[in-house]
Amino acid sequence: MKQHPQKKVRTDLNPSRLLTFKIDERDVSAHEDESILTVARQNGISIPTLCHLDGLSERGACRLCIIEVKGVAKLLPSCVTFPRQDMEVITNSERVVTYRKKILELLFTERNHVCSVCVSNGHCELQNLAVELGVTHVRYPYLYPRHAVDASHSRFSIDHNRCVLCLRCVRVCDEIEGAHTWDIMGRGITSQVITDLNQPWGTSETCTGCGKCVQVCPTGALSEKGKSVAEMIKRRQFLPYLQMMRGRQDDSWQK
Amino acid sequence: MTLNSEDLHQIAKIEKDKQDGFQHRIHVCVAAGCLSCGSGVLMDALGKEVNRRGLDNWCQIKGVGCLGLCAEGPLISLATSGTYYQGVKVSDVSDILDALGGNPVGRLLCPADTAFFKRQVRIVTENCGRIDPERIEEYIAESGYESLYLALTQMTPPEVIEQVTRSGLRGRGGAGYPTGLKWTTVSKAISSTKFIICNADEGDPGAFMDRSVLESDPHRVIEGMAIAGYATGASQGYIYVRAEYPLAVKRVRLALAQAERLGVLGNNIFNTHFNFTIKVRLGAGAFVCGEETALIASIEGRMGRPRPRPPFPAEFGLWEHPTLINNVETFANVPPIIRKGGKWFAGIGTEKSKGTKVFALAGKIVNTGLIEIPMGTPLRDIVFAIGGGIPGGKGFKAVQTGGPSGGCIPEQFLDMPVDYDSLLQVGSIMGSGGMIVMDETSCMVDVAKFFMEFCMSESCGKCAPCRVGTRQIYDILCRITGNQSTPEDLAMLEDLCDLMKNTSLCGLGQSAPNPVLTTLKYFRDEYLSHIHDRTCLAGACKTVVEVS
Repeated sequence: MKQHPQKKVRTDLNPSRLLTFKIDERDVSAHEDESILTVARQNGISIPTLCHLDGLSERGACRLCIIEVKGVAKLLPSCVTFPRQDMEVITNSERVVTYRKKILELLFTERNHVCSVCVSNGHCELQNLAVELGVTHVRYPYLYPRHAVDASHSRFSIDHNRCVLCLRCVRVCDEIEGAHTWDIMGRGITSQVITDLNQPWGTSETCTGCGKCVQVCPTGALSEKGKSVAEMIKRRQFLPYLQMMRGRQDDSWQK
Repeated sequence: MTLNSEDLHQIAKIEKDKQDGFQHRIHVCVAAGCLSCGSGVLMDALGKEVNRRGLDNWCQIKGVGCLGLCAEGPLISLATSGTYYQGVKVSDVSDILDALGGNPVGRLLCPADTAFFKRQVRIVTENCGRIDPERIEEYIAESGYESLYLALTQMTPPEVIEQVTRSGLRGRGGAGYPTGLKWTTVSKAISSTKFIICNADEGDPGAFMDRSVLESDPHRVIEGMAIAGYATGASQGYIYVRAEYPLAVKRVRLALAQAERLGVLGNNIFNTHFNFTIKVRLGAGAFVCGEETALIASIEGRMGRPRPRPPFPAEFGLWEHPTLINNVETFANVPPIIRKGGKWFAGIGTEKSKGTKVFALAGKIVNTGLIEIPMGTPLRDIVFAIGGGIPGGKGFKAVQTGGPSGGCIPEQFLDMPVDYDSLLQVGSIMGSGGMIVMDETSCMVDVAKFFMEFCMSESCGKCAPCRVGTRQIYDILCRITGNQSTPEDLAMLEDLCDLMKNTSLCGLGQSAPNPVLTTLKYFRDEYLSHIHDRTCLAGACKTVVEVS
């Protein structure tokens, strides 16, 4: 069967090989193809993430899951870094925690994240991360960009003001639903997620209306219609099940 | 059709005899720089005049690649006497032809014994300005494809790599990764399909080395790629060149067609089992596509965005296959290394940076143009001796190397030898070879702002630190060059630069703060005077209101 062009199989990692290494001075064991993030979570060690979602391919783009590895000068994203025997990982040094906070602050300045009028207030991953990391205020100036709301779909709407460009919607639509309605356009700070070729969502001919994108969205950017402030609670229990049904998505380092 | 060594020599001999048949040979530069000042029209006029005078068999008019001194174009050179003419107009045509064989036309004369010509050591550009880039026969006449023949018939792939390793050649795209090591890695990769990619997505502002090499001597790059293919076990190559270089694209395509016609590309090259083909892919103008993983994504037809490494392209590259990616200039260095041996190449340059480097001199400098000099040449010699110094008697302020990923080097480091490690030490990088010279009228904050604006608009938007960080830094620099900055802005600027450097996904984001960091380090007083006194020390930022 011809593979989807975006799916690449990482063959340098042998899933049957086992190894042991250290996370925060704790001895842990892992398969060679389990990311440091996966192993950390198995052991109850929390690493903040935003673009990562179990069941979707990894992007390594939000940079919140950065960790330190002893002997390596660079900070590494734990979602796409794989353990080596006797590696020593530090997940919560002051250095990485400070950087995580700053990245989060930058994300808050990028769009108009006004929690008090957001459908996801109280159930928002971005908000939770800020609480978790102790971001009480944002030192950088807000950019206040002008962004539109597309409410042309009969059941869902997208508010670009709340989007953090994690691209979970793009990945779930492509990898799980198989529709690839969502994609991204533009570059840098002007990037924006789009439906079809930047047509109104309601007119999309590829959208199946499954709503998976809405459920995986970490913020209030994608929501169901009819929800008012703080009413949008995301349900993503379906994802591990669907992923199991469709076999392992082993393109974790792609995109 | 397959060639052998005699065929190659035969082609070279016919070509040489043909050239020797002419009493005079006039070379007109038809690279992009001179073409834009009208060298195409000039060449037509020369041809017509020669024809009118019935001198067709006596004097040859030939379009050649870059002659180097782009500032004084259109340039022509008289191959027989070694005379250079600069700023030639169509009205000068008959004077030039009248003077052939006698005294040269004084008013057009470009002094050829200056440091600009004498200090250069030409390896990559040895044929630039000497051969017609649109004819493969002329390249063959200058020992072209001899190295490929030598490699294919008399060397094993490990021997080829051994020569490249011994030469000490380092990647000319900017990072300076040892080429021999890269080739070894790809050759060790186990796969029946491997790819060679030539990175010609030269996007740094002020850099035009790769363009000139492709426009002036495309076959050299093709030969280098074929040798790399033989050494690493690849049979397909791609040249990824930006669409903004239409002339380079045209000449590369022409060169590929000619090479295929002659059989130096294709199946069973030189009657061996080695097959190699090259395709051209055009970049759509994204700077980030110079980053290798983004470049691969772009060739595959996906969005040009980098992905985290490892795995590196040497293991997982184009279409999941092991891929060797080198810069244009790196490949262009390969044929002479094979022909003359790695030891010869290692004899040029400094201990850790071997060979020569092509630089594009731009900005406030007299001799704007292309130069090739041995590694380790002091910066002062480049700017003042070869570059001719600053025009208008103004004072030197800084030289920016490495484009948006590099830094500004102040006067105190002018005596520093230019090689990979020295540049790194002062906070800049070799980069692909752009050198932008700034005089005392340039405001360094403004320069930093220019590069940050470039990085902001070229950031792909994938990772958060680069996407938002470039915009925030740009805003701060705008506030400083405007009159709205506060002392806190400076701390925030340093804070953001540090964040981007350490947390960005790819090289673009990690190195984007370099121009800001180096100007902050060496020209902090300019930042401070903007912030505290609302004055631009260089007088360049008009928006700053002076407060008495």
